[in-house]
Parts: sequence; C-alpha cells; structure tokens
Amino acid sequence: MADVTHGVAGPVPTVGHDDVELYHPKSWITKYVFSQDAKVIAIQYSATALAIGLVALVLSWLMRMQLAFPGLLSFIDANYYYQLITMHGMIMVIYLLTALFLGGFGNYLIPLMLGARDMVFPYVNMLSFWIYFLAVLVLVAGFFAPGGPTGAGWTLYPPQAILANTAGQEWGIVIMLVSLMLFIIGFTMGGLNYVVTVLQGRTRGMTLMRMPLTIWGIFTATVMALLAFPALFVGAVMMLLDRLIGTSFFMPSIIAMGERLAYKGGSPILFQHLFWFFGHPEVYIVALPAFGIVSDLISTHARKNIFGYRMMVWALVAIGALSFVVWAHHMYVSGMHPAFGFFFATTTLIIAIPTALKVYNWILTLWRGDIHLTPPMLFALGFIVTFVNGGLTGLFLGNVVVDVPLSDTMFVVAHFHMVMGVAPILVVFGAIYHWYPKITGRMLDDTLGKLHFWVTFLGAYAIFFPMHYIGLMGVPRRYPEMGTMAFVPPSTVTLNIFITVVALIVGAVQLIFLFNLIWSLKRGRPSGGNPWRATTLEWQTPQTPPAHGNWGKELPVVYRWAYDYSVPGAAQDFLPQNQPPEPRAA
Amino acid sequence: MVVIVTFMVVMAGFAGWWLLRQGLTAKPWLEVGVVGEAEWASLSPRPIAKIGLAAFLVVAGSLFALLVSAYFMRRGMSDWRPLPMPTVLWFSTGLLALSSIALQTSVVAARRGELDGVRSGLLATGVSALAFLAGQLLAWRELGAAGYFTAANPAGAFFYLVTAIHGLHLLGGLVALGRTTARAFAVPMGSAPAGWGRLRLSVELCATYWHFLLLVWLVLFALLMRWTDDLIEICRALLT
Repeated sequence: MADVTHGVAGPVPTVGHDDVELYHPKSWITKYVFSQDAKVIAIQYSATALAIGLVALVLSWLMRMQLAFPGLLSFIDANYYYQLITMHGMIMVIYLLTALFLGGFGNYLIPLMLGARDMVFPYVNMLSFWIYFLAVLVLVAGFFAPGGPTGAGWTLYPPQAILANTAGQEWGIVIMLVSLMLFIIGFTMGGLNYVVTVLQGRTRGMTLMRMPLTIWGIFTATVMALLAFPALFVGAVMMLLDRLIGTSFFMPSIIAMGERLAYKGGSPILFQHLFWFFGHPEVYIVALPAFGIVSDLISTHARKNIFGYRMMVWALVAIGALSFVVWAHHMYVSGMHPAFGFFFATTTLIIAIPTALKVYNWILTLWRGDIHLTPPMLFALGFIVTFVNGGLTGLFLGNVVVDVPLSDTMFVVAHFHMVMGVAPILVVFGAIYHWYPKITGRMLDDTLGKLHFWVTFLGAYAIFFPMHYIGLMGVPRRYPEMGTMAFVPPSTVTLNIFITVVALIVGAVQLIFLFNLIWSLKRGRPSGGNPWRATTLEWQTPQTPPAHGNWGKELPVVYRWAYDYSVPGAAQDFLPQNQPPEPRAA
Repeated sequence: MVVIVTFMVVMAGFAGWWLLRQGLTAKPWLEVGVVGEAEWASLSPRPIAKIGLAAFLVVAGSLFALLVSAYFMRRGMSDWRPLPMPTVLWFSTGLLALSSIALQTSVVAARRGELDGVRSGLLATGVSALAFLAGQLLAWRELGAAGYFTAANPAGAFFYLVTAIHGLHLLGGLVALGRTTARAFAVPMGSAPAGWGRLRLSVELCATYWHFLLLVWLVLFALLMRWTDDLIEICRALLT
C-alpha cells in the first residue's frame, strides 16, 4: 500500500467546464416529447424498445404454437411462419436489445455515472431517438403492407430475399431495408454522442480507469457499433438497389419459377460477408453492455469490490477488437478455403479467453462477499450461469467440423438464444430492477420481482435445454413442421409440446413485470436517493429522480474508483466516488 | 474484405495507442484523491465539436472502406468487365481539389482575422464543390448514354453507387458550408476576430470534412481508373 496517494481534504472547487450551455425546455412539448434531456430520451428509447419487444414476444408464441401443434392455428402457413421468424429475430436483436442497451441505458447512465449534466450534443441526441422511432414505425408498417413483412429470415440472405416466391418480396423487404437504414442513421447520431461524452464530458477526477464497468461496456460496444453498422448499411443499400432498380450486386444469373431473370453476375457471398461483418460484432454490441452492467450489479449487491478491475477493462477492449475478425464462422456452410476456416475457428476460440477471464472475475467477486439476493442480484447471477451455458455450446459451434452437421439444426437456435437472447435479457431485467428507484424514486416490488425471476430463469432453461437435444437429434431449423421423418424420434414431438407450454407461461409471466413497473410508479415503496448503498455517482444526485442538469449548482468531484465496498476501517460499508479522502492523521 | 480489415487494424492501432496513454495500467483501487488533473484540464468545450467530427469521419471512413472492400471482392470474379472512364472525371477531380484548397485559404484567413478572405474562400469552395457535383452528373449521363446504366453490368452499378454515396456526403457538407457562409456574412465587416463567435471553428470543421472527402475521392478515383490494379494483384499473390 506504499503508493496510496492522498489528495487534499475537503471540497475542491470546480473550475471551468461547467460552461457548456445547458438547454432549457420552454414548453411541455420540448420537455417531454422533443426533449433534449438524455434522461427523458433514455426513457423514450426504453419504452419504445420494450413495446416493440412485446410484439416480438407474441410472434415467438405463434411460432411455438406452430412447432408444437402444426396446423392448429390455421392462419399460419409456411410463408407466415417465415415472416414470424424474420420479424422476431430482427426486432429482438436490433430494435430491442441494441436500442435498449445503448439508447436506453447508455443515455440514462453515461451522463449520470460520469458526473456530466447531459450528453455533449443534446439536439443530435433528440434526433437520434426520433429517427429510431421512425424506424420502428416503418418496421411495423411492414405488417400492414400488401403481402406482409419479409420472410427472408433475419439474415436477409440473397438471392431468396428478393425472389418472387419469398413472402413479402413486394413490399416487405423494401420496408425492412429502409427501416434498417433509418435505424443505423439514428444510431450513429446517438453513438457519436455516447463516445464523445465519455471522452470529453467526464467530471473532475473521473479518469478513464475510474469509470464504472457499465460505462466501459457501453463505451466499447458503441465504438464497435459505429464501426460495424456501416457494413449493414452498405449491404442494405446494395440490396435495395438490386430489388428496386435491378442492379446485380448480390443477384447471380438465376432461373426462378422456370423463368430466367434479368439479374446477372452478382455475388450472394458478398452479402454474407457484409452482413456478418456487422452481425458478429452485433453479438458483442449486445453482450458488452451486459458484461459491464453485471459487474456493477454483482459488486454492489455482494458489497465487495470488483475482482480484477483492470483485467475486466482490458478484457472488454480485447473482446471488442477480436470480435471483428471472427465473422466468417457464421459462414462455414457457405463454403470456404479450409485455411480460412482454420483461421476463423482459431480466432473464435481465442475470444473465449478474455470472456472466461470475466467469468472468473465475477465468481471471485462473489467469493466471500456479503451476497444479498435482491432481484437485481438474482438476475445477474442468472446471467452468469446462462452466459456460461450458451458460451460453451459456442465453443462446439466455433469448430468447423462440429458446426457443419449442427449448423442448420435447432442446436444453433438453442445456442444463440441462450447466449444472446436469454442472457442479455436477464441483464436488462436486473438493470431495470436496479435503476428503477433512481428513475422513479420508488422501489419495484420485491416479491413480484423474485417470482418474475424464478419463472423466467427456470422457464428459459426448460425451453432451451431440451432444444439442444432436439437439435442433436437432427431436427432442422426453419421447418414450420416436421411431418413424419424416420430419423426424428417421437420424443422430439413431445418435447416440442413441452417447450411451447413453458414458452407460453414464461411469456405470460412478463405481464407481472409490466404490472410491477406500472404499479410501483405510484404505489411502490419510496426508495430515497441511494437504496442499494451504491458508490457510483448516479446514486449521489441531490434529487431523486435527478432534476434537469443532474447536479444542482456544482458538478461532483471524483476522489476514488467505483468499487469502494467494505473498505476496512471505513465508517460505512461503501464510500461514494465523490467522498473526499480522510485527512491523514499526523 | 482485406480492405476493411486493414482499415479496422489501423483504427485499432490508433485506439490502442490512445488507450495506452490513458493510464490503462493505473491501479485505481490504490489511488484516492484527485488524480488525472492534467488530463482533466486539457478537456475544454472547444474540441468537443472537433472530436465529434473526427468520430463521424471514422464512421464514414468505415463506410467507404466497406464499399471499396465490396468492389474488390466483386472485381476479383472472372466475369468482371471494366468500365471506360469518362474524361470529365479528371475535371471534376481538379474541381474538388480546388474546392479543398479554397477552403484551406479560408481557414488561413480566419486565423489571420481577415474577414473578406474568409468570405471569398467560402464562396469559392461552394461554387467549385457544386461544379464538381455537376461534373459527376455529366459523367453519369455520359456512361448512361453509352449504355452502361444497365442491370447486368456490375462495374457500372459500382461506379454509380460509390459516386452517389460520395456525392451525398458532399451535399451534406454543402449544407454545413452554407450555414457557415451565412454566419460569415452575418459578421459585420471590420469587426475584431474576437467577436466572430464560432465562425472560425465552423470554417475549420468544414475544411477538415472537405479534405476528408477529397482524400476519399482520390482513393475512389484511383480505383475506378484502375491505377491500383498492379497493387491489387500483388496483394492477392501475397494472400494466396
């Protein structure tokens, strides 16, 4: 402990840096609708994302009904089933998870955790939300367009995405691509804000290495998203041109329905490269904020400092960088040079190292901690277990020889739902239970929260564990019904029914969560400013919920890192980041 | 995809270099008190817009690198037939370079505090940028008249796509340039540079963006004119 540095005691006056003009709303519209306050924008983002997420949840119910009881719902035919798949996947990955983690949590937490008054470009931030909102509206319009939304699968692979007998070929695919382009434009506006705010908006004493891991996760993910989303944008523009004016970027010369089409010389593989150059980083764009948030939840609710903070930061950055050189592991079955397959399998397995490091550090943080099994903690623990489970099957699939037979089976569906569906959603719930008191000033109901957790957690396992088995038995993905196949044992049929029943229950239980959100808004127990006795700056605001401008007259000054829990000799078991050090005894 | 991976490696290099200077090896759990004063003092409101623009240029750079990547992949296929390049492209390239130079003189004038130099520089920039766009449109028409604007010609499609996306970026820049010009003409003649408000910053931001677009165009131009073919062949030989 030789190199402990003691700063001056007592408050240090803040100088300068407070002179960035703060926008002041003048009317109800500019305060709540076209608001430039990051906190309001965060709530707008979150509410929109959760609402469209509920739509995607219902779509998954319909799919499960079809898989368990083919033909029971007479309006679901093969094409309709593909439309359900496509929209469910697209909404969940992009319009729910990406928007919620970066637009929702990013907007709320970045300024508050860094001690800033707002984002650095508030006007652009407002535009970002409204363009996202427009993208969602356009997406929803697909449901009402003639021919319905596109049924090309969430990867939108050409040529089938724009061929005549794919569902939604007429309008659906165009609407989907336009909506994605809008989303990317809106996200870029928000993303530039998050990055520059982290770089320039930090308060005095908040060095990069004092930032909470939540901010590190959101920051790294945003940088990745800014670099990866252009790939989807380029792909979307090219496919739109192929579809609308008949260029041949992705469309090879092709005979469809006995007719030779005008397309000539395009490359479908080119689209796959562009798509997965975005698509694989996207997995980590969703996962890294979750990693960061979980680190903070665990540390706070186990009253213990995070184990290996530096390693955690390095691992986040390393995962972010590595995730740009693994994209082709989604394309093993598209055919590639064996040397490339070897390269991408190797990089894929290397990512497991920093990821495993994070898992060990979470567990070592918990070790001999004072664990409080609050709802946020339960969800964080649920995340660790689920992420490890999903990650392990990822190691299977990262190997070319294992991936090729499993690639088009339900095993893959089970894998990615565990690792980037269930796991991040558990963090979303945990984070909402954790920060809801700061946002509203009231606690969410604990009992309902625990009920919500156990049904969701156990239910997710009841859904996705059997799905691995079904996949190993050889049941393919993307088949609306199996019929009678010799290689599929009857047990898979029974299991499919079981999965569907559980999925219906788990989906319905989310209504408890929704009820809790609304009920607690008025009736919840008042929380006070810092109910979890947490160290990070957002819990130290003068008002709860934080007022416009966040910090009253003076910005906070940061004297310590974000994880001073259970410090030996301290008066309480946590020391807020803005608490000045004790004057050293002479 | 070699192009975009190279781009990403370069970006990662910058990011890594920057991160290493941020004290990533600090032990925050041992440091209590106000630290990082020097770093904090260097944060001032002024560079925020510049850093925002730099971040945007990285995003736009990634977009163009991806387009070039896609172009390379498509070019590598056996049925690729190159496009004859219209001569007018030489003129438009010259105009864009002129535009960039004019804006640079405007920046120099702004630093010296010469308002009429700023104004004339901005106007010259706007006019030559518009002339560049007109040149691009002429090239489009020329190729269209020669029958290359068809579905079955990938080289033509790529030409139209990259020039259109570059042109749209320039149009966006012209909006910013227009606002800057309006600001320059709103400042009364003969006023001290201290009273110019954000004019100097705006001119500098525009100039950065313009130079970036010129650089992108030169890269695209070299590709479209097939000067880089040998280079590509060497890279391909190295990779396989």
